[in-house]
Amino acid sequence: MIKNLVDWIDARIPMTATYNRHVGQYATPKNFNFWYFFGSLAMLVLVNQFLTGIWLTMNYVPTAEGAFASIEYIMRDVEYGWLLRYMHSTGASAFFVVIYLHMFRGLIYGSYQKPRELLWLFGMLIFLVLMAEAFMGYLLPWGQMSYWGAQVIISLFGAIPFIGDDLTLWIRGDFVVSGATLNRFFALHVIALPLVLVVLVFLHLIALHEVGSNNPDGIEIKKNKDENGWPIDGIPFHPYYTVKDIFGTACFLIIFCYVLFFMPEGGGYFLEGPNFEAANSMKTPEHIAPVWYFTPFYAILRAIPDKLFGVMGMGLAIAVLFVLPWLDRCKVKSVRYRSLTHKLNLAQFAVSFVILGYLGAVPATPELTIAARVFTLTYFGFFFFLWLYSKNEKTKPVPERLTH
Amino acid sequence: MKKLLIALVALVPTLAFASGSSVHLESANIDLNDTESLQRGLDLFQHNCSGCHSTQYQRYSRVADDLGISLDDMREKFMFDADAKPGDLMENSIPEDAAAKWFGATPPDLTLVARVRGEDWIYTYLKGFYKDENRPFGVNNIVFPSVGMPHVLEHLQGIPVKEVVKQEDGTEVTTIVATGGSLNAEEYDQVVRDITGFLVYSGDPVKLERESLGWWVMGFLFIFLVLTYLLKKEYWRDVH
Repeated sequence: MIKNLVDWIDARIPMTATYNRHVGQYATPKNFNFWYFFGSLAMLVLVNQFLTGIWLTMNYVPTAEGAFASIEYIMRDVEYGWLLRYMHSTGASAFFVVIYLHMFRGLIYGSYQKPRELLWLFGMLIFLVLMAEAFMGYLLPWGQMSYWGAQVIISLFGAIPFIGDDLTLWIRGDFVVSGATLNRFFALHVIALPLVLVVLVFLHLIALHEVGSNNPDGIEIKKNKDENGWPIDGIPFHPYYTVKDIFGTACFLIIFCYVLFFMPEGGGYFLEGPNFEAANSMKTPEHIAPVWYFTPFYAILRAIPDKLFGVMGMGLAIAVLFVLPWLDRCKVKSVRYRSLTHKLNLAQFAVSFVILGYLGAVPATPELTIAARVFTLTYFGFFFFLWLYSKNEKTKPVPERLTH
Repeated sequence: MKKLLIALVALVPTLAFASGSSVHLESANIDLNDTESLQRGLDLFQHNCSGCHSTQYQRYSRVADDLGISLDDMREKFMFDADAKPGDLMENSIPEDAAAKWFGATPPDLTLVARVRGEDWIYTYLKGFYKDENRPFGVNNIVFPSVGMPHVLEHLQGIPVKEVVKQEDGTEVTTIVATGGSLNAEEYDQVVRDITGFLVYSGDPVKLERESLGWWVMGFLFIFLVLTYLLKKEYWRDVH
C-alpha cells in the first residue's frame, strides 16, 4: 500500500531520489566534531524565528503610534505571548552566535577553499541578508534604542558622496526615522528578506550536497571510494548525523532555554535597557550602541576618524570575507596540517573580533579608540598576511584517510 | 558564566556614567515573592505616584490577580477613575499637556521604568531627594540632578538634607539625613523598597511564572539530553 503510493509519487516527482541524494544516501565524513553542529542549529534557529515571527505578527501593530504598546500587549495580554517574544528576541542573538561559530568553523577547516567557493559565497550572502533582517527587526519594537540605532546606522549612508543624502531619504522614506520607516522595515523584515533567506539557504544546501561536506581533516572523502562508489570514510547523513544533530540540538536548547527563561535580556545585550522606553525623537539616549552582533563592525567604523572612510572600512570588513577563497592560496585546508604562522594568525583574528565586539559596545574614550584602531588593523591584517604567506606556506603532510 | 555576564553588565553602566557624575546606587534588595510588600507598593504607588505617572501598559485586573487582591478591593482602594473598568489599562494620569506646563516635562509612564533604569536606580532615586532652594520645588536629587519632580514622599521621609562628609582617606561620602517625617529612616527605606518592588513587578509581571516554567523546561531538556546521547551512541556503535 505505502509502496504503491511511493511508486505513484516517484513516477511523478523524484521524491525518493531527492531524499536519498540529500539525506538517506548523502555521504558525510565520519569525523565531524562539535563544530559541525552549528549548521543544523542555524536551520533550527531559522525555523524558530519563522514560527515565532508569524505568531508575533498576529498581534504586532506596525505603526509609530501602536508598535511599542503592541509589544507590551503581546508580553502581558496574549497567552504565552511573552514566550513567543522572548523566543524571537533570544533567537535573534542565538542566530548570530550560531552563525559566527559556523563561519569560524569554515575558517579553521578551510571549508571555503576549492571546490567550495560558491558554497562559501552563498553562506556570506546569508550572513549579509541576516544582518539586514536583524537590523530591520530591531526597529520594530519602536523603543529608544530601536529608534536611535536605526537613525545612526541609516545616517551612515549619508557619508556616500553625491547620492548620500538622497539615499538616506530613500531608505527612511522621511527626513528622520518615522512611521514610514517602520512600515517599510516591517514589510522587508517579515516578507522580503525571509523569502530571500529561504532561497539562499536552499542554494547553500544544494551547493553543499553537490561538492560534499568538508571535515576537520580537510581532505576529500570522495577520493577513496569502495567498489560500489561509496566513499570509504563516508557514512549516510541519516541516521548517523540526524541522531548526532539531535544530541547537538539538546545541548543547544539547554543554553538557549536557560537564557530564555532566566535572563531574557541577556544581561542587557540581547534586549537593551533603553529599548524598554518608547521611541522619542526629541530625546537622545546617553549612549547609543548597536546590538552586540554588530559591535565588531561598529567598532571598526568608529576607529576610523573620517566618516566616509569609516563606512568604507566597515563595509570592507564584511566584503573581504567574500573573497577569502581567493585570498587563501594554500592547498591544504585544515588548520590541523597548516603552519604555525597560520594557527597564530587565526587565533589573533578570533581575539581581534571578540575585542572589537567589546569595544563597539562601550562608549569610546581616547584610549579605547586607540585600542579599536589597533584591533582594526589586526582584523584586516589577518587577510593581508594570509594572502602573503599562504602561497608558499610550510604545511604538514596531509593523511590519505580521515583520522579521528 | 552568569557571574561573568553580570560582571560585564555591571561594567557597562559604570563606563556609561564615567563621563558624568557617578553615583553609588544602593541595593534595592527587593523580593518578588513577598506579595505583601508588592501590595503595599501598589498602595503607595497609587496614592502617591499615579496622580502624575501612569502605568499604562498593565491592567487593573491583571495586577489584582498577580498580587492576590480581590477585584472589589482593587476597585474600591486603587481605582480612582469612576469610569474605569477592571480590565482597563492603568492610564489614570493628568493630561500630558498640562503636566508639561506644570513640571517642565511630561512625567514619564512608569510601567517599564525598572527595566530601563534598574531596581537599584529607582531605590536610590526615591531616597535621593535633598533640600535645594535653587530648584522650583525646593528639592534636587543625587541620582537625577535638576529633576523636575517635587519630593512627593516628604510627608513620610521628612525634609531631607544632603551632607557631604570627608573620610580620613580623602574620599567624600554623601549622606542624606531627613527630619520631621512621619516615618523613621528604616521605615522609609521599607516604603521605598515596596514601591521599587511594585515597579519591578510591573516591568516584568511574568517573571516568577517564567522562571518556574523554566525549571520544568530545563528538567525535561536534561532528560532529553541523556536520551539523545544514548541514542547517538547506540547508532554510532558500527562506525569505526
